[in-house]
Amino acid sequence: MAALSVRGVHKRFGPVEVLKGIDLTVENGEFAVLLGPSGCGKSTLLAVIAGLERPSAGTVEIGDRVVNDIEPKDRDIAMVFQSYALYPAMTVRRNITFGMECRGVPKQEQSEAVARVAGLLQIDGLLERRPAQLSGGQRQRVAMGRALVRDPLLFLFDEPLSNLDAKLRVDMRTEIKQLHQRIGTTIVYVTHDQIEAMTMASRIAVMDRGEIQQFDSPETVYNRPANLFVARFLGTPPMNTVPARLARDGESLVAIVGAGQPGQATLPLPPQSGAARAYIDREVVLGIRPECISDGAKRAADIPATRIEAEVEVSEPTGAETIVLIRIAGVRLRARVAPDIKLPLGRAASFSVDTRTICLFDPQTERLIA
Amino acid sequence: MPTPSGVPVASAPVFSADRFVLRPARWLIYAALTASALFFLAPLVVVLLNSVRTAQEIGLGSLIGWPSALAWDNYVQAWSSYCIAQRCDGIRMYMGNSLAMVIPATIVSTALGALAGYSISLWRFRGDTIIFAVVIMGVFLPEQMKLIPWALVLRQLGLSNTVGALILIHTVQGLSFTTLFCRNYFVGIPQDLMKAARVDGAGYFRIFWRIVLPLSPPILVVTVIWQFTGIWNEFLYGVTFTTGTQQPVTAALIAISATAPIDVPQYGIQSAAVLLAALPTLLVYFFGGQYFLRGLTAGAIK
Repeated sequence: MAALSVRGVHKRFGPVEVLKGIDLTVENGEFAVLLGPSGCGKSTLLAVIAGLERPSAGTVEIGDRVVNDIEPKDRDIAMVFQSYALYPAMTVRRNITFGMECRGVPKQEQSEAVARVAGLLQIDGLLERRPAQLSGGQRQRVAMGRALVRDPLLFLFDEPLSNLDAKLRVDMRTEIKQLHQRIGTTIVYVTHDQIEAMTMASRIAVMDRGEIQQFDSPETVYNRPANLFVARFLGTPPMNTVPARLARDGESLVAIVGAGQPGQATLPLPPQSGAARAYIDREVVLGIRPECISDGAKRAADIPATRIEAEVEVSEPTGAETIVLIRIAGVRLRARVAPDIKLPLGRAASFSVDTRTICLFDPQTERLIA
Repeated sequence: MPTPSGVPVASAPVFSADRFVLRPARWLIYAALTASALFFLAPLVVVLLNSVRTAQEIGLGSLIGWPSALAWDNYVQAWSSYCIAQRCDGIRMYMGNSLAMVIPATIVSTALGALAGYSISLWRFRGDTIIFAVVIMGVFLPEQMKLIPWALVLRQLGLSNTVGALILIHTVQGLSFTTLFCRNYFVGIPQDLMKAARVDGAGYFRIFWRIVLPLSPPILVVTVIWQFTGIWNEFLYGVTFTTGTQQPVTAALIAISATAPIDVPQYGIQSAAVLLAALPTLLVYFFGGQYFLRGLTAGAIK
């Protein structure tokens, strides 16, 4: 059963079309992340799913029931907000029970539910405090508690971690993931943080300008981005996308970076489907992750590496690794090398390239050449 | 050892060294402030002094003078036996009229203003900004302009020359201010709270009652003080739409000077009456003034 189906949803605010035909199906128990830059429409989509905004067109189904005309409270959802949205004048306990109070749940049942959730989130000691007396992390937990107590069909998270400091964010990330594994309820989670998306999601919907660019597993979205936007959005630093020329080399294909220039690099491609063959002798956009270009020495023997010569322009050590800006025949690329590698700036060095995950994109449509 | 103010004694000399040295510039400021305070307080002092002087004493001497003996009887007479417009009951009945007018008008206009402000600020609806603009236009309309429309309305409703008429007028006219105050305060309440409450299943009134009102004491105090003093001190509608026994005390005070016997002006009793009439707003100011300033400057709600 699909926990959530969004079909052909448009949302306009006056002349501005924020959502341009969204189709999204989230299976039961999935952890779906809506990921995109600010203004891409992800929060609006979540608000439409929650029923806080009406779609201009299209349908929303939750648990196989069309909910377009159903109030948020009757959609069997619970929501966690970026600002936590705790009721300032109520104690933590009241905050958690407010929804049940609105639905007329008996007192006895309410306190049992509070006890269960407080235990789960370890906020037992905070129940009589007010939100102003809590730290950011504690508020976050209470906001989750308010959602969890409902035991809904669908959890909606709207950037719940973005107001936390970096360390707490990492902890809560793990905690939310564990929580999902334990309770198994379907989650739709909005974030602009790709690390959150990659670490937590079972599937990521990458959004841009009111459209879903790709909805797939984190591995696929990362390794086989559907188009150049996704390729350039994910990863820090993102995938290198450079012009290249496709050529035949016997039975297999090669991509030539900086074709015709002195120092051009020829990269053998993994066996390609027929689609790529249509681009032989044409320009394509070659996508390669920085981590696939590394220092020549350290490559393990079992990876068929292609060696290239490139000029080192800039070296940016981050501690765990060093990002190096290199130049191949006038084309700039980023490489990721071990932190102990010292590369001579302004001079040529040898790099090994893992060509197995190279992606090719059509320069006109910007789509992945499958 | 902490001092009552919580400042440790050890650091006190540092404080005092800086704070209590009166440099010439500061002397000047204090002198100017004191002078203007005296200037503005002078009328109050004159009225206070005269309120305990007898008519003879004022008549024989000057309007400005120190009382030779405290004539508390002025207050008693002003309250219960002084003659105003052929009735010799003092101002107590008019004080009663004013209270009967100000209490319901303040409560109802504040309550409605809070609801209106809540609707306009937190429940966006089609045309909300236009409605808000129209409502606050009332703030800028001069009172004289509304006299004739009100006269017509009151006649239609059969409320002419009643305290009820003044309650209606002040409630309706107060809405512009109360709505403006409350709307501007409620705008600071995060929309996420509203969304969370809607997901939780709370409706219009439950959100108002359980979430918005508990955050609102600062602005409610401001609104109540504003309305109370404004309505209590209002004069134009009082004299225009009520006569005789229905008048509020502000209107009756004018009648006091008009009915003063020609031979001996009763300045003492009149001063006492003025002070008695000002007492409620002074009390509201003394007890609520601190909230008033705090409320007007209250920032965002976290």
